[in-house]
Amino acid sequence: MASASLPVAGAQQLGSPKRQPGVSGTVKATLVPYGYLTPTMVLLVVLMVIPIVMVIGYSLMDNVIMKKNPQFVAFKHYSDILTSESFWNAVSNTLFFTGVSVIAHLIIGLAFAMMLNTGLLGNRTKAIFRTIYVLPWLFTVAIIAVLWRLLLEPNGVVNYVLMASGLAGTQVEWLSQPETALFAVTFINIWSGYPFYMTSLLAGLQGIPADYYEAAQVDGASPWQRFVSITLPQLKPIIISMALLDFIWTTQQFALIWMTTGGGPLGSTEMLSTFTYKLAFSKYQFGAASAAAVIVLVISMILAFFYVRAQKARD
Amino acid sequence: MRKKFLAGLAAAAAVTLAVSGCSAGGTTASSAASGGGDVTLEFAQWWEPELPQGSLRALMDKFESENPGIKVKLISGPYASTKEQVVAGAAAGTMSDVVGLDGAWVNDFVKQGSLANLTDLMKSASFDESQLAAQVKLDGSTYMIPVANFVYPMFVNEDLLKAANVSAVPSNRTEFAAAAAAVTKTGKASGWVLPLDTATPNGIQNDVMSWVWASGGSMLKDGQPNLVGNSDVKDVMTFIKGMYDAGSIAKGTFTMKEQDKVNEFTNGRVGMMIDSLAHVNLIREQNKDLKFSVAAIPAADGYSGKRGMPYASWGIGVANNSAHQAEAFKLVAFLMGKDVNATLCNSAHAFPGNTQSVPDFVNADPIFKQAFEIYQAGTATNEFTGLPVAEDLMRSFDEQFQKYLAGKQSVDDALTASQSAWETSFKG
Repeated sequence: MASASLPVAGAQQLGSPKRQPGVSGTVKATLVPYGYLTPTMVLLVVLMVIPIVMVIGYSLMDNVIMKKNPQFVAFKHYSDILTSESFWNAVSNTLFFTGVSVIAHLIIGLAFAMMLNTGLLGNRTKAIFRTIYVLPWLFTVAIIAVLWRLLLEPNGVVNYVLMASGLAGTQVEWLSQPETALFAVTFINIWSGYPFYMTSLLAGLQGIPADYYEAAQVDGASPWQRFVSITLPQLKPIIISMALLDFIWTTQQFALIWMTTGGGPLGSTEMLSTFTYKLAFSKYQFGAASAAAVIVLVISMILAFFYVRAQKARD
Repeated sequence: MRKKFLAGLAAAAAVTLAVSGCSAGGTTASSAASGGGDVTLEFAQWWEPELPQGSLRALMDKFESENPGIKVKLISGPYASTKEQVVAGAAAGTMSDVVGLDGAWVNDFVKQGSLANLTDLMKSASFDESQLAAQVKLDGSTYMIPVANFVYPMFVNEDLLKAANVSAVPSNRTEFAAAAAAVTKTGKASGWVLPLDTATPNGIQNDVMSWVWASGGSMLKDGQPNLVGNSDVKDVMTFIKGMYDAGSIAKGTFTMKEQDKVNEFTNGRVGMMIDSLAHVNLIREQNKDLKFSVAAIPAADGYSGKRGMPYASWGIGVANNSAHQAEAFKLVAFLMGKDVNATLCNSAHAFPGNTQSVPDFVNADPIFKQAFEIYQAGTATNEFTGLPVAEDLMRSFDEQFQKYLAGKQSVDDALTASQSAWETSFKG
C-alpha cells in the first residue's frame, strides 16, 4: 500500500504543470542509459573484443611478435594445425580428459549431494562430511598438482599402500607411464572438481518440495523411481548448465597438466592448452599459437551457445 | 540532477578507462626520467628471489650511491615468467631496460630485435672486455654477458656407494654403470636419476648431453645440428638406455623435473646425480646427515682430454627499446666489476663472470673448493647457449629420446627424427 501511494505523493509535492520535454531533453533521456552502460562496454571492448580481434589477426600473419614486419599468410596456420598429428592427439586427449571428468564430476557430485541431503544423518555429521567433501575445492591448482605428484610418485604414498596391501607387486609410475598418465591426470581433475557440482546440486536438492516425495511414496513409488521421476527432472536445468560450464572450463585446463606431466610422457597427456602454450612460449610461433587459440575459442563458443540456450530454456 | 551526475560520472570513468587502456600500449620505454632529472632503470630478473633476502637490493643501493641520478627498480619474478615478460615486453615496447637472461633465450630475442648490441655499448663505455669470462655472441656481436655461472658436476652419495661396495667414485662410463647397478642391487636406492619432464626439458642439456660434452664430443658441426651418424651422441644414448633397461635409473624419469631429482638425491634414494652446485646448500639444509661429494662427470672409457662440464648462467642484457642504454650499461658494468661480481657470486654460490673475481665460498667450503678445481681443470660447456628456440630443441630431442628409452623406436630413428626437428627449428 505504501509503495503504491508514493508516486502520487511525489506528484503532489512537485505541484507544477506538466511540461513537454524539449529536443535536448529527449536526447539526454535517450543518452542516459548509454552513459550507464559505457563503463561496461568500454571494459568489454578493452578486455575482450580488442584482444580477441588481435589474436584472430595474429593467426593470419606469418609470425607476429617475433618478427618486426610479419607477412599476411591467410589460413596457412589453420591448415598446418588441422593437418598436424600432434593437434589431433591433443584433441583426442582433451576429449577423453574432459568427457570423463564431466561425467565423473556429475556422478560423484550428485552422490555426495544426496548423502548430505539425506534425513538419515544428523546435522553435525552432515556438517563434518560437508567440510571434508568440499576440501579439494579449497586448494589452488598448484597445491593440487604438487600434492598429487607427491602421492603418485613411484616412492609415494599410493604405491606404498598398494604394495603393502598386496594390490601391486612393483612400483607403478602413475604419471610417467604413457599407459597410466592420462588416467592419472583425469583422476586428479575429477578429485579437484567434484565439490563444485556437489554444492550446486545440494542447493538444488534442498529446493525440491518434500510434498513431491510424500505424494510419490503414497502412490507406492520405490526410492529409485522417486530418484528418476522427481529428483533428476527437478535437477535437470542445474545439471545441464553445470555440465556445459564444466565442459568449457575443463577443455581449457592448463595449469594442472603443465605442473604434473607437461603433456608427456610421449604426448599421452598433451591437451589443446599445452599444445598451444608450447607453440607460443617454446617454439615462439605466435601466429600458429594464435590459430590454435582461435580454434579453441570457436569450440568454446559452440559450447557457450548451448549453455546460453539451456539457460534461456530454464528461464 | 542525480541522473545527470551519475551519467557524467559513468562517462568520465569510461573516458579514463579508455585513455589508460590506450596509453598502456603506447609506452615505448620502461625507464623514466623523474621531475628531478633522475633516470630510473628497470631491471627484470629472477635472481632476487633466489638470492639471500636483500642481497641484490643492497648491491643496487651501492650502485645508486656510486651513480647519483640513476635509480634502479628491481622487477623480480620466477625464471619462467621473466622469459615470458621479456617476450611480451619486447613486442609491446615495454621491456625493462636491463634484463636477466638465460643463454638459451638469446638467439630468439636477438631475432626479435629486443636486445641491444653490447659490443657497441662496451665500446662507447670503454669497457675492458678482457675481464669477462665469457660473452654470448651472435654474428660477431655480444648480446649477453654471463654474470654468474652454475656448473653441473656429478654428485655422489658416499654412504650408498659404500653400502654397494663401490670403493672409488666412477670416472668413466663403465665404472659409472657398474656403480649404478651395484647401488640399485642393494635395494635401498636407485643408482642414478634422470629427469626428462618435457615441460622443463633442461634434463636433455644437464643430464644427457653433459655426457657427450664430458668426453669432448659435440652435438653440432659448424654450428648446425649434427645428430645423425654422430657416434658421440649415439654412444651416450645407448649407454643411458642400457642403464634404463637394467633398472639402474630411478623410476618416474619421463615426467621427473629437476626439483624431483634433487629431492630424490637429498632423501638418499639415489646414489648419483648430475646437478647444479647451486643446490649444495639446499641439500645440506634439508638433510644434514647426507654425506656427499662432487666429481667430474665420467667420460667415455679411455678418454683423457679436457672434460666439458655443463653450466647455466645468470646472464645480463640491455633492452633495445631502452631510452637510457648508456645508463643501463653502467649497471651491467657495475655487476661485472671484480668486487661486486665476487659479492654477487658469493651470495649465489656461483662461479664468477669476471675472471679476476674470487668469491670467498670457493675456498671456505670443501665441496665448492672441489667443484672449483674440477671447473678449472675442465671446460664449461653448453652448446644450447645461443641456439635458436633452444628449449624447443631440448624438448624435441627429449620426446624422441623417451620413445627410444620406452622401446618404441631405434636409436637411429630417434636421432633422425631429432635431426629433422632441429633442422626445421634452425631454418626458423
